[in-house]
Amino acid sequence: MNQALEDLGDYIAGRLSEELDGHAIACDELMVTGRPDSLLKVMRFLRDDSQCLFKCLVDVCGVDYPERERRFEVVYNLLSVGHNQRIRVKVPVGESEAVPSVTSVFPSAGWFEREAWDLYGVYFSDHPDLRRILTDYGFEGHPLRKDFPLTGHVEVRYDDEQQRVVYEPVHLTQEFRTFDFLSPWEGMTRQLPGGEKAEEGES
Amino acid sequence: MAAETQIKNLTVNFGPQHPAAHGVLRMVMEMDGEVVERLDPHIGLLHRGTEKLIEYKTYLQAIPYFDRLDYVSPMSLEHAFVLGAEKLLGIQPPPRGQYVRTLFAEITRLTNHLFNVPALALDIGAMTPLLWACEQREIVMEFYERVCGARLHAAYFRIGGVHQDLPAGLTDDILEWAEKMPSFIDDIETLLNENRIFKQRTVDIGTVSAEDALAWGFTGPMLRASGVPWDLRKAQPYDAYAEMDFDIPIGKHGDVYSRYLVRVEEMRQSLRIVKQCIEQLPDGPIMTEDGKVGPPSRGEMKRSMEALIHHFKLYTEGFHVPAGETYTAVEAPKGEFAVYLVSDGTNRPYRCKIRAPGFAHLQAMDFMCKGHMLADAVSVLGSIDPVFGEIDR
Repeated sequence: MNQALEDLGDYIAGRLSEELDGHAIACDELMVTGRPDSLLKVMRFLRDDSQCLFKCLVDVCGVDYPERERRFEVVYNLLSVGHNQRIRVKVPVGESEAVPSVTSVFPSAGWFEREAWDLYGVYFSDHPDLRRILTDYGFEGHPLRKDFPLTGHVEVRYDDEQQRVVYEPVHLTQEFRTFDFLSPWEGMTRQLPGGEKAEEGES
Repeated sequence: MAAETQIKNLTVNFGPQHPAAHGVLRMVMEMDGEVVERLDPHIGLLHRGTEKLIEYKTYLQAIPYFDRLDYVSPMSLEHAFVLGAEKLLGIQPPPRGQYVRTLFAEITRLTNHLFNVPALALDIGAMTPLLWACEQREIVMEFYERVCGARLHAAYFRIGGVHQDLPAGLTDDILEWAEKMPSFIDDIETLLNENRIFKQRTVDIGTVSAEDALAWGFTGPMLRASGVPWDLRKAQPYDAYAEMDFDIPIGKHGDVYSRYLVRVEEMRQSLRIVKQCIEQLPDGPIMTEDGKVGPPSRGEMKRSMEALIHHFKLYTEGFHVPAGETYTAVEAPKGEFAVYLVSDGTNRPYRCKIRAPGFAHLQAMDFMCKGHMLADAVSVLGSIDPVFGEIDR
């Protein structure tokens, strides 16, 4: 299985050397890195090439890395029923960049892209119907971004006088608590707090 | 004089509270008379931000969230997360743990189909099957309760194995039930298979070809009903499925009736796996013996200082998962349920995308219902087995 995956990775990287920025195998899974401008070509190749036949786009999602120059990563997971293989296509994209929608290649991308737009604010160009999907009607912001607070900004309650549900700024009776879990247990962090002093003493 | 009549398309709101909507689904339907022209499902009414919440929880604390996604088949969803985390950690549960997980994944498949098959029948007018099936489901819920203490929200599968060993006598009771179950499935089939009304409402309704099914991201019974022999339990076996002997039923027509038949046959195959699991159940530990992941036993904890420290650290800080990412899928009763897990080396997932099968299936509602009657939309919806816990997340 592993050898087949390596061969497939080399084959795809060879055929799409212009369009891809690299490929890797981790945890027995093949992933390639693409670019927004050549994404459609890559997707069509992966779907139609007889060595690939990734006819099923099972998942599209966004990931947020605020510290990177191109903040978001759109991740496409494809499945080949014919060859029993999976591949992951990752496309780094900046906050003000657009990714071409792959709905023309895989109709199943429609809702997944809407979801990525809703939760991360990644814009998909040429999408037939790019509306919010999971959040409330009239919701503001993109909740799965790392800088969006877990508690959100508004809360709702039913107002008896107005006879309707009203939105109010969120009120926390107790401050949201985050704990520093990164304690040095079993040397899982390389540097113990205060450890630098010991090294200074040695030198 | 024949006056030209102008017919205006009618917009109908189906839901958000509708008994046949299987939860909180709102469908805006554009109707030409009684024919559906366009169907726009509005989802997200049950959105709880599970993915965001998991980013703030340790790996252990994330498990109960999976029960609450698809509350009809809780353990199958835990399975995906647990396998994904194990892959990143590079550990494997001991054989007994794998078999117990396989056993309960199949029991979960049975409960799911025991609910979905008669719910589809209820949607189109047959009430008896659901009442009968709920009685059987109750028995399965008791197995759940005996093994983990909860009827629905099990939190039984853990990273590295399962929480507790099977209590004494449980396997005998499961075997006894598995012996009786086929006759119950026969009863359901007698009621529905050749039922004229049932067939009128399901045959040639919502037909999807194999090509379309793949293009729309169908998986599980929906894909198999369209004639694609694809099952992750066979194609990419996990846990003890590689040792199991079972068949994959596939449909011929890809309509609602095929999906019904596929699910019924899957129940019979699941029973075969249940029996094999119990017969082959190995002895030994049910949880990984890696003390950095699996908690120590209660007795050990009372005597050993090391074990006490480990217990405390595991239940407060949790374990750290090496940086990496994985897309791990299981064959959940509804289709391919997967977790795309990104770890940054800390004790909390950096990103946990939940791939729900129902999300992709519901997306194709517009495609499947176009040109059908309003009443057929209900039948198609019942056949895709939507549960809004997992679709809305």
